Amino acid sequence: MTELLVGTKKGFFVLEGEPGGPFDVRARAFAGEPVEYAMRHPHTGTLLASVTSPFYGPKIFLADDAAGDWEQAQGLELPAGGDEALERIWTIVAGEADGLTYAGGDPGVLFESRDGGVTWERNRALWEHPTRPDWQPGGGGLCLHSIVPWPGDPDRLALGISAVGVWLTDDGGRTWRHGNEGLVPRYLPEDARDHTLTLCVHDLHRAPRRPERMFMQFHGGVYRSDDAGASWTTIGDGLPSDFGFPLAVDPADPDSAYVIPLKADMDRVTPDGRVHVYETRDAGATWRPRGDGLPQRDAYLTVLRQAFDRAGEGPSLELYFGATSGDLFGSGDAGATWFTVARHLPPVFSVRATR
Amino acid sequence: MPTVRLHGPMVQRAGGVAEHAVDGATVAELLRGLEGAQPALRGWILDERGRLRRHLCAFVAGQDAREETAVAPGDRVDVVQAISGG
Repeated sequence: MTELLVGTKKGFFVLEGEPGGPFDVRARAFAGEPVEYAMRHPHTGTLLASVTSPFYGPKIFLADDAAGDWEQAQGLELPAGGDEALERIWTIVAGEADGLTYAGGDPGVLFESRDGGVTWERNRALWEHPTRPDWQPGGGGLCLHSIVPWPGDPDRLALGISAVGVWLTDDGGRTWRHGNEGLVPRYLPEDARDHTLTLCVHDLHRAPRRPERMFMQFHGGVYRSDDAGASWTTIGDGLPSDFGFPLAVDPADPDSAYVIPLKADMDRVTPDGRVHVYETRDAGATWRPRGDGLPQRDAYLTVLRQAFDRAGEGPSLELYFGATSGDLFGSGDAGATWFTVARHLPPVFSVRATR
Repeated sequence: MPTVRLHGPMVQRAGGVAEHAVDGATVAELLRGLEGAQPALRGWILDERGRLRRHLCAFVAGQDAREETAVAPGDRVDVVQAISGG
């Protein structure tokens, strides 16, 4: 049985089923509230959900059972009396030590927990970084949306922030450095690109079996790094568009990546009314469309950055993505064929899959 | 002493009690005092800057109010959700 945790504009949904679907909605929580992101903590089995009430502000809640009582996490706040307020929690990620958990939010803030997400502290080194006055938000805000641990090493971490590029630490977050060499922000004039910090990373992932290899969906561009995120090489040739939001990898294959191209930054829908996931198995040298079973006519979908995930690996890799249309699709054979998981959900913000 | 009257989900977070007597001379002072007495409300009405959250509204004796609005002894401050959404 595969479990899908789906954050939507109108609540949190838990779906269960077998690849080939459809899946059943087993629980709904936070009815009517925007749920930006939800995950099941791999260390504890606890559910964590990021809820951004338009009335009461962003919070993380925890529960063992989605249909049971949810407890509010503590410490997710900016300094009292300052000039900024926490706007949104974009992602929650388990770290590489018992109970270690990260949350990324707007405005460009990283929170750390040592107890599985019950209590949190702000990472001060990133919050007080001397370049922060120059940080510019992307269209979705100053969002820290990607947190990428290094398997087995809790001190090494990569972050993606829109629109402040890639950030790397080797000392558990005490110091941070940029990892932006090779990124080309085509949305800026040529003579403004060289030293800009305004780098709109959309999604960032690591190949767990070769952790120095990373893949990135950029705001116009798909990139690969072979030096742990220090520098980047464009790999978008062969895609119908190199604009998109989410990216996924097959953990079994360090040369693999999946993207969902959208037409362009000014038209953020699947190109030509057809839905395809594109797959590379040679580290981005070539791409092939994977659309068997996906809508191929009059389908203008938008898939957001947290709305694509996988479970398993290798030949039994499962892939799942949701769209703002409320459609949810899945593949149980590494993208070769696709099925409809659910239709008519609220606009999908995030999808996380566990098997 | 003025009172703060809560509505909607705020009541549940305040121990199921809607009306709270709180000391203070402005809306912000009352709401900070209420947070002190009801810690589960912390971060729900005022943000880190001390501002009323964007889609909440305050009324003092029935008049639209902001954080700095003066409150007199005997006034009632209502905190309600704005009619916003999508």
